[in-house]
Amino acid sequence: MLENLIWGYVYPNESEIQWSILIVLYPYITGLVAGAFIASSLYHVFGKKEIKPVARFALLTALSFLLVAMLPLLVHLGRPERGIEIMFTPHLTSAMSGFGYIFSFYLTIVVLEIWLSFREDIVNKALSSHGWKELLYSSLALFSFDISEKALHDDEKFARKLAIIGIPSAAFLHGYVGFIFGGIKANPWWSTPLMPIIFLMSAIVSGIALLILLYIAAMKIRKHVIDHKCLQSLAHYLWIFLILDVTLELLEIVSMKYASREDIDIINRLLSDKIGFTFYGVQLTLGIFIPFVLLLMVSLMKNRETLKLYMISISSIFVVIGVFAMRWNVVIGGQEISKSLSGTLTYVPVFFSQEGVLPALIIFILPFIILLVVTSILPPWKDMEEEPS
Amino acid sequence: MDITRRDFTKIGCKIIISAASGTAIVQSMFTKGIAAENPPENGGYDWEKHFWGYVVDTRKCIGCGRCANACKMENKVPFDEEVYRTWIERYRVKKTINETFEEEVVIDSPDGGIEGFVDDIPAEEVKKAFYVPKICNHCDNAPCVQVCPVGATYETKDGVVLVDYEYCIGCRYCIQGCPYGARYFNTEKGTADKCTWCYHRITKGLLPACVQACPTGARKFGDLKDNKSEVKKIMDEERITLLKPDLGTKPKVFYIGLDREVK
Repeated sequence: MLENLIWGYVYPNESEIQWSILIVLYPYITGLVAGAFIASSLYHVFGKKEIKPVARFALLTALSFLLVAMLPLLVHLGRPERGIEIMFTPHLTSAMSGFGYIFSFYLTIVVLEIWLSFREDIVNKALSSHGWKELLYSSLALFSFDISEKALHDDEKFARKLAIIGIPSAAFLHGYVGFIFGGIKANPWWSTPLMPIIFLMSAIVSGIALLILLYIAAMKIRKHVIDHKCLQSLAHYLWIFLILDVTLELLEIVSMKYASREDIDIINRLLSDKIGFTFYGVQLTLGIFIPFVLLLMVSLMKNRETLKLYMISISSIFVVIGVFAMRWNVVIGGQEISKSLSGTLTYVPVFFSQEGVLPALIIFILPFIILLVVTSILPPWKDMEEEPS
Repeated sequence: MDITRRDFTKIGCKIIISAASGTAIVQSMFTKGIAAENPPENGGYDWEKHFWGYVVDTRKCIGCGRCANACKMENKVPFDEEVYRTWIERYRVKKTINETFEEEVVIDSPDGGIEGFVDDIPAEEVKKAFYVPKICNHCDNAPCVQVCPVGATYETKDGVVLVDYEYCIGCRYCIQGCPYGARYFNTEKGTADKCTWCYHRITKGLLPACVQACPTGARKFGDLKDNKSEVKKIMDEERITLLKPDLGTKPKVFYIGLDREVK
């Protein structure tokens, strides 16, 4: 069976794919985090009022995904119990060693940002409830109940500052994940200085699309009307970032093909035999071109809100799938070519195993459950359901 | 001086943050040192006095596979898994030339060459054939050492790249980082694994198992600091090449008679 999966010559040690679907999931999840956060800062930093209904919800989404971002890595380790050494004894020449710190720093910022933007609600709840709820919200408020005009104003100022730090850190968190791959000179499919910025753009795209989907779902579940102004504004940003994303992705391929270095034969074989469908089909056509056209039509059309809603939803679903395919094409694709440059191999996902599809599915469902819990403690619905002024 | 609650919080936060990051950084410097700074505890061996190098004379290799076999036995590398610390590649350039005059090269390494090679292409179709033994290059600028997030892989003072099995977290970044496919995952230990140039032998004055087992002298091992060693002499007198020199890894396995197809 092994022979059918291998073409040409691969180094004997390469017969097993080392980084599996879990490592596909890892940049996918951190990407969603970075994207959702940047969407929220469109309001918090750039003052885009039309984003306000989802700004706090976006922060909660970012937190829910951020909390599981570490999991796929941890589950994948050969010695998970030693994973914490990355924090205590980082080897700083490694692109991977900074992850623990960047992750923690970013988590702190997101938590603080959420706390500040929900503090008024928390204090009000603490003052109006009794029993264990009072205790919960009082401790969430850190037993500081000052919600005077001045205090709230200070909060807002500080939150804005935080969000300003938050944008570069979100960009850094994910650009850095791109560098983990882009910095590997041994692998011609990974080794490109464009990798961090491609990762970042696709992250923003996937985060906005996810936010759109969650917003629509939340409104449908809560049986509330959708704020079309907000939705179309999100769709507009999605469209802009799609353009940046596709430009960079195509630039990478075009320059690889044009330069035609030693490794071009194996890259061409990868693109035609191995990931042809997931690359040209899913990542580019389904994930970028179709949403691009649909969203363009959305911005040109007048009225017809329901149709636009469908077009935006479909685009967002395609984008979310397309970005997953992009992560797959990078992580798995890069390992399907041999470093001998003379052969290819095939990744066959297993369902039940430590690195199988099942743990990946569980890890991917977790953030949605976390989001349910978080939104029941800190409901962001008020923003979404008040009449647009 | 009055300290307000705000000031107190500010100062407190600064102390906590600097204490936490400071400890981590200081600790990282020391803990990384433990693996790389202590010479092997071995009667009288001074790792400052040696710098090991390896020569492969591909013209002498007959593809018998004894080296790969000896390596697996000596280092308890599982025979039933597709993992190798050293292996032999066979290159066969076929006579058939297509329209674009591109040569067809068939490369293989069944079981790493341990059982030798079978003639599955008739001799008259083959224009040129040769074997290339492969082994970890113990690079002086090793990408695997660079990318290890916890410093579990390191280069010793005598020029050997080793893995600290007590420390490796098993992330496999080094396996991805190695351009030569020389590393593998040890499923039993849950860590990365690789050739050690038989460090347990060379520090006792013995040869690596693969060199010892080679019947033709295609594999040579020696001290680059010793002007009389065979390896040093070859370095000084022969024309030698490296694998993937453009990657700047500075390999310490030197090849004689390498053909252009070999990567």
